[in-house]
Amino acid sequence: MQNSLKLSEDTLLKIDEVVPKYPEKRSAALMVIHLVQDQLGAVDDKACEWIAQRLELQPINIKELITFYPMLREKPWGRKHIRVCRTLPCALRGSYGTCKTFEDKLGVKEGHIRDDGEYSIEFMECLADCGQGPVVIVDEKTYENIEGKRAVEFADLLIDGKLEESKEFQSYEDSISSKSNS
Amino acid sequence: MNAVEAAALHGSEVPHYCYHPKLSVAGNCRMCLVEMGTPLRDRASGEAILEDDGSPKIGWVPKPVIGCATNVSEGMHIKTESALVSECREGIMEFLLVNHPLDCPICDQAGECRLQEFATDYGRGYSRYIERKNVKPKRTRLGPRVTLDDERCILCSRCIRFSQEIAKDDVLGFVDRGSFSTLTCFPGKELSNNYSLNTVDICPVGALTSTDFRFKMRVWFLKESKSICFESSAGCNTTVSSREGVIQRITPRRNDLVNDTWMTDSGRALYKLVDSNERILRPSVDGTDLPLNQVISQASLNLKNRKIGIVASCHSTLEEQFLIRYLADETHAKVFLRGHFSDDDGILLSADRSPNLRGALVSGLTKEYPTSRLNSLDEQLASGDFDVLLVVGEDLADSGVSSENLKNTDIIFVGSHQNSTSVLSKIVIPGLTVFEKSGSFINRSFLLQSFEEAIPSPVGLKPDWMIYSEILKIISGDYSDIQTFDDVWKLFSTENGSILSQVNFSDSLDHAISIDASEWAGLPFVEKEALNYVPNKHLIN
Amino acid sequence: MSDSKPAERRLILKNADDPNYSNRISCYLREGGYKNLEKAFKMKPEDVGEEVLKSGVRGRGGAGFPAGMKWKFLDRKSGKPIYLICNADESEPGTFKDRQIMYKDPHQLIEGMMIAAYAIGAKQAFIYIRAEFHEGARILDNAILEAKEAGFCGDRILDSDYSCDLVVHRGAGAYICGEETGLIESLEGKRPNPRIKPPYFPAVLGLYQCPTIVNNVETLCNVKHIIDMGGEEFSKIGKPNNTGTRIWCVSGQVMKPGYYEFECGALTLGQMIFDVCGGLRPGRSLKAVIPGGSSAKVLRADERFSGKLKDGTEFDWGLEDIPLDFDGPMSAGSMSGSGGIIVMDDTVDIVEAMANVNAFYAHESCGQCTPCREGSLWMRKISQRMCNGGAREEDADLLLSVAKQIEGRTICAFGEAASWPTQSFVTKFKEDFVRKAMDSSSVRDPKSLQLI
Repeated sequence: MQNSLKLSEDTLLKIDEVVPKYPEKRSAALMVIHLVQDQLGAVDDKACEWIAQRLELQPINIKELITFYPMLREKPWGRKHIRVCRTLPCALRGSYGTCKTFEDKLGVKEGHIRDDGEYSIEFMECLADCGQGPVVIVDEKTYENIEGKRAVEFADLLIDGKLEESKEFQSYEDSISSKSNS
Repeated sequence: MNAVEAAALHGSEVPHYCYHPKLSVAGNCRMCLVEMGTPLRDRASGEAILEDDGSPKIGWVPKPVIGCATNVSEGMHIKTESALVSECREGIMEFLLVNHPLDCPICDQAGECRLQEFATDYGRGYSRYIERKNVKPKRTRLGPRVTLDDERCILCSRCIRFSQEIAKDDVLGFVDRGSFSTLTCFPGKELSNNYSLNTVDICPVGALTSTDFRFKMRVWFLKESKSICFESSAGCNTTVSSREGVIQRITPRRNDLVNDTWMTDSGRALYKLVDSNERILRPSVDGTDLPLNQVISQASLNLKNRKIGIVASCHSTLEEQFLIRYLADETHAKVFLRGHFSDDDGILLSADRSPNLRGALVSGLTKEYPTSRLNSLDEQLASGDFDVLLVVGEDLADSGVSSENLKNTDIIFVGSHQNSTSVLSKIVIPGLTVFEKSGSFINRSFLLQSFEEAIPSPVGLKPDWMIYSEILKIISGDYSDIQTFDDVWKLFSTENGSILSQVNFSDSLDHAISIDASEWAGLPFVEKEALNYVPNKHLIN
Repeated sequence: MSDSKPAERRLILKNADDPNYSNRISCYLREGGYKNLEKAFKMKPEDVGEEVLKSGVRGRGGAGFPAGMKWKFLDRKSGKPIYLICNADESEPGTFKDRQIMYKDPHQLIEGMMIAAYAIGAKQAFIYIRAEFHEGARILDNAILEAKEAGFCGDRILDSDYSCDLVVHRGAGAYICGEETGLIESLEGKRPNPRIKPPYFPAVLGLYQCPTIVNNVETLCNVKHIIDMGGEEFSKIGKPNNTGTRIWCVSGQVMKPGYYEFECGALTLGQMIFDVCGGLRPGRSLKAVIPGGSSAKVLRADERFSGKLKDGTEFDWGLEDIPLDFDGPMSAGSMSGSGGIIVMDDTVDIVEAMANVNAFYAHESCGQCTPCREGSLWMRKISQRMCNGGAREEDADLLLSVAKQIEGRTICAFGEAASWPTQSFVTKFKEDFVRKAMDSSSVRDPKSLQLI
């Protein structure tokens, strides 16, 4: 079928790989939506129709899913999207303060995208790393114990683009992959 | 059978919203919660445990269960009235009303709204909610005939299940989640299929409403009459709602043998025929309006001792068709019949777009299956075989009869609406619509179904059966014993060897009656497999 | 309280935090990995199931239902294909144990799943992982590829006639996908609305209406260890009816929060909080503990619990005496749930804590059935109003009444999960609610801990 969404070869290939893994095409919906969203940033109505056609469903079947799940979007977030956990264990360790710090430093309220489209903050539900809360996820990397002064440092590093190389803030994923590479 | 149906059999109402006897069970409204218990058995021996008085000891399930998903079984006990059940109902009612808008004064559903009814019967009676209610889109256009108000929706999902399972048009769904869930169509799509108004019928609240009926009439003013849809040979059972002789809407009536609880949208719109511009309201001879009795006399005169052709109709009632057959016998007339055929949608709009083709077979008007053309009539007219044609409502030009050939024939037209033939006719006798007369149709499953008049006929007009019987009396000098509608029934049901000998009108008014179809088993009926219908598999009592 | 610090027994997390152990198959094989898959394949599938039944292992996802018995309910006579699903959706607030297994020792999960698949005769197995574990999904994908190449998974496992493909399926951020029928609906590509039970018990009518087993990550890892030592031996770990080890996740206001694996019943709640986790912050005192993820009922620090245990012995406990296993917290009127222990000290405004939890449930409700959908949002609105200075005297009783109207009336256990926190907070901390009603200021004290 035509590639009216202008998806990359890589994405199309991955979609073709993942659909036959399931006994029924409809089951691949979430995975296909993820692949499309990873490339396009969001799944708008046109993308809904494309995905529905690809999986032999009705567009409403796809739109139902996109509006249900918080991580699926009809409009993209900012270029750098910051997720902060608000549920009780992280809140007990100061995540509301962390969110406020980010709001002040980055100049955007939670749930919104900054006018220039650079940053957005999402105050999310439990990210399943409560022991090291408050938990913050940036670009799929999970950062732990981000509260108080550390939150301020973190925000500064983020704004300066120096978060990745920081030794002070090593993400959960990096700490594990460093073991794999050793 | 589930607990809700079982309780209804015993006259006990278990209130419910999302359950519908013709749709799959969803179990999400939780209004039908009841207490359930089964007889206890000893774990080891399997023996029944008994109370002191010998009755089986019942193990009551501690949590209430939903009645719609509980299939009843031998020995099961259900409590539809108890303290816990009352609490459950009050609780669910309260939750349903928490975000429900106070729209009763402007909502069409008022008077037939299950939220109103169950709140009165089972609700707490006062509100404890002081927060703000959710805001959702109101009075949106869901489709050409359906209006959606999302705030009133209680998310029972009946409409979605109907669209998927019955109408086979998966176009509705919920977006967002939790209490913000909203019913919608995909942007650019509509609920426009020919069964969209059924969702309005089954919506328990005023979320889905008929755009045609919007703000027209409060339902408690409506008089409801039973009728049969005449759009096709499906023969959907209907309820005609009228006030002071004006029809306000048509809704389906439940019949598990014919249409379940559904009907087409196009069938509902047929009430607009009553007041259409093409309605024939005055009898006339040679273009001059005359009183009906005079016109009938003139017609009878024209039908005596001449070469007569009769174009009968598959839209006529069974009674009318029998009378026309007697007329044909009396005058040695040749009878022609055409069918009205179109696409079969596999649900309730059959390929045969006339309600009573089988009536023409049963009444003996024809032995063959009609086509949609009257080619033999056309040829015979060309050969000058007929002096006069009695046409019952048909449009001859549309049936392949050239107006050339009609030049030298007098036409007597009996029908309710003008067409190309009626304007050529010498004598025009107004007939009545189905809503204004009594009669019977035989549907595609050879089920005889009858209906009574819902609204009075226009001034000065008579029902078609009366017109034919008067003509018959004048021409034959006989049949004086036909005074009432019942007399007509007596006449044809007592014919020698009649398959209708055991049937009477009040029975067929009450329920569909199966007719022995064996005589016509070989005919090429056009209907395809559809809801409650398998071709050539007719029900025999 | 005992004097010595109780010792962890790292059965599942044995290698996870070893600095010389990575998540590649080479490390797993080095530590004896996949030997138990070979062992299981030499047994008959029914015998594998028998071992699991004998072990008495209970589900570690929250419900605590014996896994062996769940497998027994499987409808093997229908002729329909059987599916195995690993519930890796870990969304219960306070729980973070499954992530450790999947990120650091994924092959243990794969081996456990393949043994389980073999035992139940599964045609295909899925791992439903939450979307936030993005790297985790990649790690699992890689691990599965490694396992496939080595013949431990996929086509003709260990050169036998048994094949079972393993697919990693990502969720998209909904808590309700952790409910087994919600998970199945999500896996089918539909909105994750849980199904009504009866008739849709997954063991009979599960994925694509075929018999399906849904087990938690930790439970499936235990399957490997059960085959390793035998079901009988396994059942000797811990206590009767509370067998094996459990990974407890402690979070909140303790000095050393984290995950700790202990034999069931090896320590009490007090030992966990004060010995293992280093107690509370200096100068603070314990106010409340939620023992099993936010769905569990809260326990007051000064509460006493007494009654009779299942075996007839009487008990009279303080909060610190509650043994950490399945039955302990249940006897105390709460539950061990997913093992997420959330500790609250005296800086916590209980009404705000409850408001935080209510907001979670209102947000995560799928919206299918009336009581949960409307009730959870109503409770959130009430709690929020109370925390913004609009608390009335009658609000505490109203919350209790609303919660009572939800409990037991819903399609799935989310109804209980949403109503229990409210019920327990209001009942046990009545004085906090009374005080809130008298304080009508809507201005927050900037020094107070903000929880909503």
